[in-house]
Amino acid sequence: MNLERIFLIVIGNLFVTNFVLARFLGLCPFVGCSKRTSDAFGMGVAVTFVMAMASLLTHTIDTYVLRPQAPLLVLLAGAESQVARDGLQAVLRTLVYILTIASFVQLVEMFLKKNVPALYRALGIYLPLITTNCTVLGVALLNTPEDPAEMLTLVEAVIQGMFAGLGFTLVMLLMSGIRERIEQLALPEPMRGMPIAFVCTGLMALAFLGFTGMV
Amino acid sequence: MKIGELTKGFFRENPLFVIVLGVCPSLATSGSLQTALAMGAAVIFVCVGSNVGVSLLRKVIPGGVRIACFIVVISTFVTITDLFLKAYFPDISRTIGIFIPLIVVNCIMLGRAEAFACKNTVMDSLLDGIGMGCGYTLALLLMGTIRELSGNGSLFGVKVLPGYNPMTVMISPPGAFLLLGLLLGFFKWMQLRKAAAR
Repeated sequence: MNLERIFLIVIGNLFVTNFVLARFLGLCPFVGCSKRTSDAFGMGVAVTFVMAMASLLTHTIDTYVLRPQAPLLVLLAGAESQVARDGLQAVLRTLVYILTIASFVQLVEMFLKKNVPALYRALGIYLPLITTNCTVLGVALLNTPEDPAEMLTLVEAVIQGMFAGLGFTLVMLLMSGIRERIEQLALPEPMRGMPIAFVCTGLMALAFLGFTGMV
Repeated sequence: MKIGELTKGFFRENPLFVIVLGVCPSLATSGSLQTALAMGAAVIFVCVGSNVGVSLLRKVIPGGVRIACFIVVISTFVTITDLFLKAYFPDISRTIGIFIPLIVVNCIMLGRAEAFACKNTVMDSLLDGIGMGCGYTLALLLMGTIRELSGNGSLFGVKVLPGYNPMTVMISPPGAFLLLGLLLGFFKWMQLRKAAAR
């Protein structure tokens, strides 16, 4: 395990290449759920959990099923076969990842509903929205680039998922604080709501731009 | 078959500026006109393909698992687009990066499949797909033109403003957010004005 790389992943995902402000991922929940701090926190926690788990699942599937010379392909078709040589990654990656994420989210929802009803009431409404949140699929794709040399290890992938989620939560919380105050301002009618939220995000991104070069 | 299904996406129901769907890729790919155009073309193809596919299968797909079925149809067309770009336009594919596979979770596709294609005929869904795709592309091109012109002084990579000192912030993330906020405000203002005149 390379501690230096892990440190860079942590700082990078929290500040420098923040998923919302620098990579433009997860903007729908970001503007949709940041009106109140409590909503922003609930959404952030749910996203962080799903991102970490989705990183674990998709990385495992990629390594054992989709990559060229993946163990399962070799086992089923033989090491010399066309399938094992090319892998299924190029053709099936998107589909397999999104179905994995969707079924995982569904399972978590069912588990929480049955076993931890209190948590389900707090987070339940955010869970179905997470399937179509592009941060989750985004981190899964970023963890497993096609070039094997750029591939992250499993531990790095999970850490990237977790801290990308925490970076998302951080920006959500900051934004909800700002928006609670904006509500009280006498803004011109056309700028109310979404437009002013994006302008504020722009100013926040400008501040976060100051972290560039740290990693 | 109504021609209105085609034109509604251009302005009145523009997916980006009026319904505010597909925000993430619009910001990520509008830094230059070239990527904006490529992304727009990809979205048109996937939107038309998935609308027609879902509309053809609308009597076969069971209601309980319809979202999963839509995702399978959409991701088929996304994979075709991804492989096509990788094979013929590798540079563009590298610049846009993960935003091509991320079309799968773009709300426009799923939204059109759920709200329109699974209830309407194939021809109407085709027109709706073309209209929504083109409306989104127009929005991308508008943002791309403003951002590339002000941030780099060029259009499609060709310098058109000699002696202009570019505002680099416009092609970086903060400029994208600011511009989208202002454009959304502008479209809201137009709507309010129209409503007041009526």
